[in-house]
Amino acid sequence: MSRTMERIAVHIVLVGAVGFALYPVLWVVALALSGSPSPEAAALPIPSEPTLAHFEAVVTASKTMSHTTPQVEVWLFGRQLLNSLVVALATALVGIGIATPTAYALARFEFLGKTSGMRALLATQMFPAVASAIPLYLILDALSLLNSRTGLVLCYASTTVPFAIFQLRAAFEAIPVDLEEAAMVDGATRWQAFIKVVLPIARPAIAVTALFAFMSAYNEFILAATLLDDETMYTLPVMLQRFIGEYDAQWEKFAAGAILVSVPVMALFYLAQRHLVAGLASGGVKG
Amino acid sequence: MLVVVALAPVARPRLAAADEPIRLWHAYRGEEEAALNEIVADWDGSVDVLALPYDSMANKLGAAIPLGEGPHLFIDSHERLGDYRRRKIIAAVGDALQPSAYGEQTLTAITSDGVYWGVPLSLKCVALYHNPQLWPDVPDTLEGFIDIAEQLEQRGQDGVVALAYEARNPYAHAPILHAFGGQLLTTDGEFGLVGPQAEASLALVRRLLDSGTVPRDADGALVSNLFRGGKAAFAISGPWLAADLDDSIPYEVVLLPDVAQTGTAMRPLVTVETVMLSPFGAVRADVRTLAAHLAAPAAAMLRQRRARSVPARLDVAIPEDDRLLQAFASQAARGVPMSNLAAMRSTWEPARRALRKILATDVDIAEALNEAQHRFDDVRRPPPDARSPSPILGVLGVALMWGAFILVRRVRSETGRLELRRSWTAYRYVAHAVIAVGILVMLPLVVGAATALFAGPPGEVRYVGLANFAEILTARGRPLLSSGSFYLVLIVTVVWTVVNVAFHLGIGLALGLVLSRPLLRMKAVYRVLLIIPWAVPNYVTALAWKGMFHRQFGAITGFITAINDFLGTSIEPISWFSRFSTAFAANVATNVWLGFPFMMVVTIGALTAVPKDVLEAAEVDGATRWQRLWHVTLPIVRPSLMPAVTLGAIWTFNMFNVVFLVSGGDPDGTTDILVSEAYRWAFTREAQYGYAAAYAVLIFVLLAGATRLLSRAANGRGKTAWAKSDRGGEET
Repeated sequence: MSRTMERIAVHIVLVGAVGFALYPVLWVVALALSGSPSPEAAALPIPSEPTLAHFEAVVTASKTMSHTTPQVEVWLFGRQLLNSLVVALATALVGIGIATPTAYALARFEFLGKTSGMRALLATQMFPAVASAIPLYLILDALSLLNSRTGLVLCYASTTVPFAIFQLRAAFEAIPVDLEEAAMVDGATRWQAFIKVVLPIARPAIAVTALFAFMSAYNEFILAATLLDDETMYTLPVMLQRFIGEYDAQWEKFAAGAILVSVPVMALFYLAQRHLVAGLASGGVKG
Repeated sequence: MLVVVALAPVARPRLAAADEPIRLWHAYRGEEEAALNEIVADWDGSVDVLALPYDSMANKLGAAIPLGEGPHLFIDSHERLGDYRRRKIIAAVGDALQPSAYGEQTLTAITSDGVYWGVPLSLKCVALYHNPQLWPDVPDTLEGFIDIAEQLEQRGQDGVVALAYEARNPYAHAPILHAFGGQLLTTDGEFGLVGPQAEASLALVRRLLDSGTVPRDADGALVSNLFRGGKAAFAISGPWLAADLDDSIPYEVVLLPDVAQTGTAMRPLVTVETVMLSPFGAVRADVRTLAAHLAAPAAAMLRQRRARSVPARLDVAIPEDDRLLQAFASQAARGVPMSNLAAMRSTWEPARRALRKILATDVDIAEALNEAQHRFDDVRRPPPDARSPSPILGVLGVALMWGAFILVRRVRSETGRLELRRSWTAYRYVAHAVIAVGILVMLPLVVGAATALFAGPPGEVRYVGLANFAEILTARGRPLLSSGSFYLVLIVTVVWTVVNVAFHLGIGLALGLVLSRPLLRMKAVYRVLLIIPWAVPNYVTALAWKGMFHRQFGAITGFITAINDFLGTSIEPISWFSRFSTAFAANVATNVWLGFPFMMVVTIGALTAVPKDVLEAAEVDGATRWQRLWHVTLPIVRPSLMPAVTLGAIWTFNMFNVVFLVSGGDPDGTTDILVSEAYRWAFTREAQYGYAAAYAVLIFVLLAGATRLLSRAANGRGKTAWAKSDRGGEET
């Protein structure tokens, strides 16, 4: 009896939490679907005069490239979605690629400069970016990386590295060292043991960290708006920002765009979660 | 800054190549953008047109143009001209302008020191929108709206307001101020919203609000919604409102009325949309020709037809039957062009804060305005005296030498060499991270931190030593706990961080534990739904939350109305952003909502490290559930949670988006945290980057000190409990 009660209580808590989590998002959805502004305050997010026009307007955005002959019509939304996905995916790959060996070294080796290196990594997270935007711009200019997706990816990847290192180091430390030692006794090199034994076990942690990196790159707009000088290179958050003007904002379109921007991330989380569960089931974590 | 100097030869400003395609930047949208593209397509020559988000335009120009990057020409409001000129972002327009085509007023707007700095395209200002279905005729005076409000109420139309306008916005208040003979900024660049005229103008607005003539919390969206929804008989707004109106609302646009008290007409601020040329654009003849083409009569006609904008040229006639454009054109002719002095950019923030305070509470008007004037003077204070950089260079030199000496000695010693050899394997694992983080994260931070030693307007930056820090730490000579002082803001920031992290950790841990129950049904569905706050970009949801807290339209007000209807109570809607406690709570609610999924995911991840057999063993030994949670599970997950909590605290301490977008510092800057203060110094207070950097350095020092202390405390205490079980294989 008490088990059933408890199960019900758990579901009530979870449903309450889901309500809290979804309520503001449902307002965004309602706004995106509204054909006219609702003049009254309402408790429930119900669109007035529902329409898909805002979604249509956002999705069909296109631009005629005037300086090319013959003139080419570019589907801006498609381009920008592709840019966002490519940039975020590349960020996750590069970020994880850089962070994983470093995190492993920090978890397993003793070396000169280890403590100060860790401190420096933590320090990067403490410094607000307010004063570093202009120096970063100068550096990217010196490296000829302005107005390029490569430059953007490198910036994003570098900024996600410190956090990824913290996460992965903790994950590697939780893996018993015996497994690697066993592999090395069987003739594997340290690097092989890392790649073949440690990485598979750490897969769930790597998946979650990659997701963090993906999302931070996917949602960023200040740097993207500063570095990119071409509408066909914009990422989606920059496009969203365009709906807010000096005198007025097109909130309905902004909301529609925001939902479209969020869909891939949610899909990705759903996939990553399966991976995460599969990683857990393999049971390598238990020592 | 030293590194910037070192990099300067590498970052050579590219010389403007004459055959490069011309780059044109703008922030237009919709029909205005379409009209511009059509005009550009009409020009024979290659032009790269870039549409920017309006917010990032000024920053992008400031970063790109000094390097020879960025546009040859761009379109912006004339009032930024003084600021751009000081930063050497623009050059005189020369033969691109045909002065005889423009009126006196328009030319004044683009003139600075007797030279023309822009080519005017169109004029923007507010005028009076009238819905004749709700009220038949237009009153002659502003005070006349009070009678209309009374009569509307008598007729039982209480849902309808007489006049909707953004009373708390200085831009919308300016017409009334002008009618009283005042102005926002004097011609000498002094703060103008002060003195008897400003006080009288605000006393009148208070009357309008108190009598229910004008809605209290009106922002741009509310004004437009009220008028579009047929809930406002009149509205003061610009052409952008007309773009949103369709045929369902009958309306006309007329001139703003007089103020009866002074017998003078309300005169709106006029913005001149202007083509400006960057220094490397102005030297190219084809760029100047393009600027002239954009402003030519044919282009003005096209803009007028398609984008419904009022031409700045006098020689482009507006059709007699185009009542809307006629109205805006004659209103603009009676308006006051906004000042183009650099000081104008410092006027808005103190003026807005004063208006909000005066119109939301019953403070003494004169006192609030004097405070605003102090704020303005505080921002405009002269930069500290230049100092000789030799002491710092000396200290830096000695420190470098000492560091090098230590390093060399260590490497050359026997143990040092051994250690280095042993470290060699590890270095191969970390090298690329060191390079990437070093160049793209550390270097900008170090250079940024170094700018804290400099002050002065961009272009005339000078070394001032520690003067910026001294000014911040002494609250610029005002009482140490006065509004906006470093110490007061620090207290708010600390409270903000502690409250948020406590909620994040509590909710995240609880949900993580619940979701890790082995037999839970629909686990995957719950997980995905609970992660949503974190998946939607935070600037979107921060704005959604701000909307929910809106006094008039917000969902919370909706709830209150629903409760009132249901229970027959009469709870008043809460004006969330007019008191510190509620505004702070609104910020916290938003940030807790944004942040708990992160902690939840981290908890789920950490819980996978809890071995089942240990828990089973504890259960066999008769441990209750709480005991298992408290003595087994939590100690095991603690090491994996610690980095997340530390980082979460650091991020919350620097959580700029939520504070800036939800409360925006309201009321009166009290909910600002240190990082939003830093942003204001960098971006809304005339680009005082050195000052902002000093804030950033102080934030860094505080956080570094705090984490150091906390980690020491944690190491001293908790090690015994879990160090053994978890760190079995640390040494290699």
